[in-house]
Amino acid sequence: MVVDAELSDTEVDRLFQALADATRRDIVTRVIEREQSVSELAEHYAMSFAAVQKHVAVLERASLVGKVRRGREQIVHGDPITLRRATALLESYERLWHQRIASIDELLAEDESSTG
Amino acid sequence: MPVISSTKSPEDLTLTITAEFAADPARVWQLWADPRQLERWWGPPTWPATFTRHDFVVGGKAGYFMTGPAGEKAPGWWRFLVIEEPSRLEFEDGFADDDGEPDTSMGPAGILVRIEESAERSTMTIVSSFESVEAMDKMIEMGMEEGMKLALGQADAILADSTLATTL
Repeated sequence: MVVDAELSDTEVDRLFQALADATRRDIVTRVIEREQSVSELAEHYAMSFAAVQKHVAVLERASLVGKVRRGREQIVHGDPITLRRATALLESYERLWHQRIASIDELLAEDESSTG
Repeated sequence: MPVISSTKSPEDLTLTITAEFAADPARVWQLWADPRQLERWWGPPTWPATFTRHDFVVGGKAGYFMTGPAGEKAPGWWRFLVIEEPSRLEFEDGFADDDGEPDTSMGPAGILVRIEESAERSTMTIVSSFESVEAMDKMIEMGMEEGMKLALGQADAILADSTLATTL
């Protein structure tokens, strides 16, 4: 497998770290099949609700699942391809804004040198 | 680097970026109000922007095109929704066809700008929201290096692999 250096290392680390755990892989599989609440998910595992919530948070940070609040419930859904793609695109868009802000900074610095 | 914070929200396709500049809000406002200044920073270095129109009034439109390294042109338009000098600006940013007319096949991005004074400096917050992944994809194509496209393709491939491995 080829991992391009231009894909942010942090993102790749998060992705692999998220998928390195059997429970988390199971959560991803379940929510891809059908979105469900954190409490529903918790019924499948011999661990506390809080522990399942932590696993979901790790998956969220890696953009493998998304979470929305619906009433009192937190619904977890899985659309990893779209979410990963959205994250990757937002990263390039963010880079574009970093460039713009750097250009603005240079432009403003010119005022200083012409007035000062 | 004057960027203070940056938050990506893939759920609702939004980027919020905050930067601080050594200038007062009146000066920072000019970056948006004056098309000649916009041309100095809106386009990435490899895709400079040229503004052909800039009706800086509520409901007014701006027209621009960005010129790529091979001379290709990517036209776009803005429509100003809120203009409150020197602190608040909202506009739509969309694609245009070769005649500069809005491309209606894809919804525009919404851009909110807030400028606040802080100890003789200005903090500018820009919130950009996209309608769809496709619209964001097209927007980023302008000014994006080839390497990044490659990386995106690979991210999908890695993911397809791992999803498959999990499902099997």
